[in-house]
Amino acid sequence: MRRLAVFLSLLLAFGAQAADPVLRWAADPDSNAPFAFFDPSNKLTGFEYEIITAIARRMNRTPKFVQNDWDGLIPGLGRDLYDVVICGIEITPEKAGEVLFSNPYYVTFEQLVVRKGTPPITSLDELKGKQIGTLDQTAALDMLEKIPGVEAKTYDEEVNAYQDTANGRIFGVLLDYPIAKYYAAPNPNLQFTGPPFGQISYGIALRKGNTALQKEMNSALAEVIASGEMRDILSRWGLWTPLVAGALGQPEDPSLPDTEYKAFVAGHAEQATCWTRMQRYAGYWPLLLRAALLTLEVSIVGMILAVSVGFTLAIMRVFGPWPLRWLAMLYIEIIRGTPLLIQLYIIFYGLPAVGIKLSPFIAGVLGLGLNYAAYEAENYRAGLLAIPRGQMEAARALGMTHRQGLFHIVIPQSFRLVLPPVTNDFISLLKDSSLVSMVTLLDLTGAYNRIATQTFDYFGTGLLIAAIYLLIGLPFVRLARYTEEKLAVDQRKPGQKPGLFNLPKRRK
Amino acid sequence: MVFMPVPLLSVLNLHKRFDENPILKGVSLDVEAGDLVSIIGPSGCGKSTMLRCLNFLEIPDAGRISIAGVTIDCQGLEDAPPKDIQTRAHELRQRVGMVFQQFNLFPHRTVLENTMLAPMIVHGAKREEAEANGRRLLEKVGLGSEFAHRYPAQMSGGQQQRAAIARALAMNPKVMLYDEPTSALDPELVDEVLKVMKDLDAEGMTQIVVTHEMRFARDASDYIVFMEGGHIVEISDEDEIFTHPKDERTRQFLRRFI
Repeated sequence: MRRLAVFLSLLLAFGAQAADPVLRWAADPDSNAPFAFFDPSNKLTGFEYEIITAIARRMNRTPKFVQNDWDGLIPGLGRDLYDVVICGIEITPEKAGEVLFSNPYYVTFEQLVVRKGTPPITSLDELKGKQIGTLDQTAALDMLEKIPGVEAKTYDEEVNAYQDTANGRIFGVLLDYPIAKYYAAPNPNLQFTGPPFGQISYGIALRKGNTALQKEMNSALAEVIASGEMRDILSRWGLWTPLVAGALGQPEDPSLPDTEYKAFVAGHAEQATCWTRMQRYAGYWPLLLRAALLTLEVSIVGMILAVSVGFTLAIMRVFGPWPLRWLAMLYIEIIRGTPLLIQLYIIFYGLPAVGIKLSPFIAGVLGLGLNYAAYEAENYRAGLLAIPRGQMEAARALGMTHRQGLFHIVIPQSFRLVLPPVTNDFISLLKDSSLVSMVTLLDLTGAYNRIATQTFDYFGTGLLIAAIYLLIGLPFVRLARYTEEKLAVDQRKPGQKPGLFNLPKRRK
Repeated sequence: MVFMPVPLLSVLNLHKRFDENPILKGVSLDVEAGDLVSIIGPSGCGKSTMLRCLNFLEIPDAGRISIAGVTIDCQGLEDAPPKDIQTRAHELRQRVGMVFQQFNLFPHRTVLENTMLAPMIVHGAKREEAEANGRRLLEKVGLGSEFAHRYPAQMSGGQQQRAAIARALAMNPKVMLYDEPTSALDPELVDEVLKVMKDLDAEGMTQIVVTHEMRFARDASDYIVFMEGGHIVEISDEDEIFTHPKDERTRQFLRRFI
């Protein structure tokens, strides 16, 4: 009882997370070195991680990290998922219209990276007619789009852009210097080229109107800079440049050796043997377990929702009066005709605009469940229509009402018929649940992104995650088949019993 | 003084059309308690439709049906609210049992459960009560306890049809309707079903049978109704209709069977 009370109060404290001593900050840590990222031992690190920790300490708040996808970072602010975003966001006039910015904490430029052996480039105009990779919502993309004839290609993860350059798929990558320094410089197949392009300042993004926090933040930031802590952090990460020093009004030379940078490069240069790889994956098991459980949880709850809503829709469509029939049909057509991903985005990022804020888990489950409901409805409809008319007639002739006939006679029989397609859909939903990684949930696909971008082993990680999906799905397929056999009483031969594995009987 | 018994079942001037096709063009029939009546006639003559009208599986367009004290005037029923029709149909069905050509047993339930379901759901009977009654009725149609827990798919057509009769009897009907009860059966299985019907007749059950089984009609019926073109053409004593049919159309029809 006591323990329950403690648990409840903890829950309450968690629920009231706006209560002050916490500073909720968000970043996209996948392939996000050196900003904020997970090191191979799966601990959060990076210069922005250190900066926000230092700032929070000076604000007397406990920093609480919230993971989100790059594209969802700013919308997430509006949804009040967190208080601030620190993720190499450049202060631009357009963005300043959407969010509040702190004073700059880092100043840098865009670095062009091309394949080794490419003739030097001195001006962005020389990139005409070439494909250049970059990230979405960056100053680099704005720059590229201003030059006519350049084909800008946006990537989700910078590693993929550099990989494509090394593989010759695109001409080069234009991205912020810290990114280039960490992801391109150590790669022997890539080289830096051209002068520094442009000048960009990173600021911490806050929700529009949150000026109180902005003020508090700026004074803490000023202390971190003035105390020399900022210079220490950036020096260790190898990012203390004369440009930053000038902008922050600090001495030009680094205060400490670039140990963090060296460690990062060394860690990624090491040739991974099969054995060290296995060991590394073994080290990820808590993450994988959590991700697998989340995937399972989202899928099961989503499927329960899909089945119940789908069932109701099917009943409405087959037996309802015309307005209900029409409504059900409209729902099914609209949901089936639009992409699940868009529906998820609307539920998670769109609904807050009309005052409905859902947690990522609820949003994910709702998105999947409501989408699959449309498909389940059609399964059930087919199942209901497949039951011979004589069954309902017999029920009516025995004095049952239509409803009684439906629930005692028709529906139980259709259940077995729809089991195979419903199982099919569950497996399909299990895999589509990977889309919830788009609404900040760290499911198996989210885990894939994190592990792959930490280990650069896309192949091995891919196989591993695929195997886990397969393993999760198999028991459900078995269970469904067993249930189906058990229910197939109308097809059973005399004396035949249902079995989990219908092996031919062996004579003793 | 002439003694006029009140018929248990009385149909007066029944009309039914599907779309613009008139199927029943004014059918009237009285059946007294304990009678076994066979309805014969060429296919499409409306005999099945008439039977289905008797428990409102088809809603008649006009006419009056009266069964064991429940009377429904079918005039203008199509304009009545569906709820109204259903409540009255429900009352009627309480008094009428129906057996179908295709048995229509519930395949997901055992035979015993088939007999228990309706009493439990419709009458709220207790499980033990319904089970005892079900077993008794199965026994009566010749399905011993070894059949009780079989599923319909595990039994022969004749056994299934007998189980269907037991299922209908479980609701204590006053009248039993049979819609071509032996047409879907292999010839050697027909007799076991007909025997059950004869036994019921001996017990005094009122039964109306739409059938092509002329031998049974002749042997077991109290009288035979011949229908054609949506009308009742002739109602005759079971022997007379075969030896001296009054109507030319009856003669034409029966010629094929004799």
